[in-house]
Amino acid sequence: MQMNMVSALNNALALILQQDDSTVLLGEDVGKDGGVFRVTEGLQARFGENRVIDTPLAESGIIGSSIGMAIAGMHPIAEIQFAGFSYVAFNQLISHAARYRSRTCSVQTVPMIVRMPVSGGVKALEHHSENPEVLYSHMGGLIVIEPSGPYDAKGLLIKASRMEDPVLFLEPTKLYRLFKEEVPEEAYEVQIGKANVVKEGSDLTIVTYGTMLSEVKNVVEKKGTNAEIIDLRTINPLDEKTIIESVKETTRLMIVHEAPLTFGVGAEIAARVAEKAIYELSAPIIRVASPSFPYPFPGYENYYVPTEKKIASAIDKIMSK
Amino acid sequence: MISKAFEGSVDYLQVLDEQGIVDASTFPKDLSDSKIVEMYRYMLFARALDAKALSLQRQGRIATYAPLLGQEATQIGSAFALRKQDFFIPNFRQHGVFLARGFPLETFFIYWRGFGGNVDAPKDFNSTAVSVPVGSQVPHGVGIAFAFKYRKEDAAVIAYVGDGGTSEGDFYESLNFAGVWNVPLVVIIENNQWAISVPRRNQTAAKTLAQKGIAAGIKCVQVDGNDLIAVYKATSEAIANASQGPTVIECVTYRMSMHTTSDDPTRYRTEEEVAAWQKKDPIARVKTYLVNKGVWNEDLEKQTADEQAKLIDEAVAKGEEFKPDPRSMFKNVYSFIPDVLQEELDDAIASNFWQ
Repeated sequence: MQMNMVSALNNALALILQQDDSTVLLGEDVGKDGGVFRVTEGLQARFGENRVIDTPLAESGIIGSSIGMAIAGMHPIAEIQFAGFSYVAFNQLISHAARYRSRTCSVQTVPMIVRMPVSGGVKALEHHSENPEVLYSHMGGLIVIEPSGPYDAKGLLIKASRMEDPVLFLEPTKLYRLFKEEVPEEAYEVQIGKANVVKEGSDLTIVTYGTMLSEVKNVVEKKGTNAEIIDLRTINPLDEKTIIESVKETTRLMIVHEAPLTFGVGAEIAARVAEKAIYELSAPIIRVASPSFPYPFPGYENYYVPTEKKIASAIDKIMSK
Repeated sequence: MISKAFEGSVDYLQVLDEQGIVDASTFPKDLSDSKIVEMYRYMLFARALDAKALSLQRQGRIATYAPLLGQEATQIGSAFALRKQDFFIPNFRQHGVFLARGFPLETFFIYWRGFGGNVDAPKDFNSTAVSVPVGSQVPHGVGIAFAFKYRKEDAAVIAYVGDGGTSEGDFYESLNFAGVWNVPLVVIIENNQWAISVPRRNQTAAKTLAQKGIAAGIKCVQVDGNDLIAVYKATSEAIANASQGPTVIECVTYRMSMHTTSDDPTRYRTEEEVAAWQKKDPIARVKTYLVNKGVWNEDLEKQTADEQAKLIDEAVAKGEEFKPDPRSMFKNVYSFIPDVLQEELDDAIASNFWQ
């Protein structure tokens, strides 16, 4: 069935709720309203107010109480309305969700999913277009997922719901309704911790994820570049192996992401490739990312987020070496 | 027109006063002498354990430690009100609660030696782990209480927080969620008057900490936290009523010792203040009461102290035998070991960094 990312996620959540009584959805406006992006549309009517819960407006309370539910053997799925509001719950995520397993020698674990819309491109207000993947990956203990399309979104979410770990599920708002894909109606899993080689190629490896995948694909197609495109899908833990293997074949590496350049995912990948494959490279690594400051007001976002032109120019540069 | 939009008040409960005299009108009818004796033994036990831990820290045999001295009535009285199936949420000073709930003592010492992650929280022990960020543990109590209600289990959760913790957003959010969800949660505020060096009066202009429950629409009461029987009574009632909704209990007590072993209270409070609270000692008044009733004497006191000292010494010795395995740090991050982490572990082992 053809689905956009919103329908795919809605379908996944319905299957999870149907299969697992210990799962509840909770968050602001997720019930009657179906969430501000309608990802949870119709689920409260179908599964009841006890399982799809409109919470008070308090992100730390949402995450903190979800942690408690998870410790008590439930598998909550919390929604933070926009990633920019997850910082209020940062302490719960970093100090507790990420550490409960290590704190208790795996006796108490926190199997929960925190869904949150990320990234820009939809002219949203300040704080509604954040890219926090590195913040939540750096400390360790949290699985961080960022799908780039409907099929992966559904499979990754179902897989996350069957894990015993806290998973941050970052949903790019721009991709919610951007395109449809063929998505099976039944449950299926997409492996977490494994990057996806979206397109094979032999001259250049481009590692990307989330909103930037479709931009990269467009540029590569238009230019006819013989590039291998890797969609990370999971930010943490990083699938280093797939990247290194690819770079050893292509000898060129470019990383493209919407989050700021400095201390970004690109920096991490570049460092790992430098450590393990620097002598295989025929050109310096290039990172294409947003500038190193907070996401701007919406009027400026087209000057901030990497454009196809910026990606194309980086490809020209790396291929000229 | 002006009318009253809301009216509320907070009761204060004391059953056993500083002289060891009970108020017959509030004394719980189902509370037997033998139960009070049992709780009294645990108050002594908690104090002995605390003294030992402090001494070990001063000898460099355990790491930083947060003493409970003075808060025995609050901790033992509330812990004894719990039923087997109930769950508790500690902050970092609830050693008396751990003790009363049967936490293995050697594990306690291993934890405070600095090896919490290896051994904390046995599988069938109904508590979360020691939680350091002040106030941030209370929302977990809300979630666990939610799970009990969701599964229709007859169990309640008791979450401990200090006077300083009641200033945290997580505390307010927890009361608010607990009220809206109407979950079986009892929040015990251990108001020990000092958040390190900041006195209770600088935490809030509110007259009581208990009244913070009023804004969340939940029941609240203030008790003499140095009165074992008042704490036991208030907590028992809150647990018995937990299926009807949450309760906040402020226990007014005093931290007789330092915040942690890294703190020097003489920098910020007077000897006179401490001496005044010494007269309200939670243990002395129970002893007076029990001796007057003829169910306790110095022989029993001595015998109890000897038995407890032996148990504590054995636990210390066992705890000191514990040898940490650094590999456990790597194995307890995720439900699996990611390749990138396995490589760091292999590297550390191959390089003999831990020799």
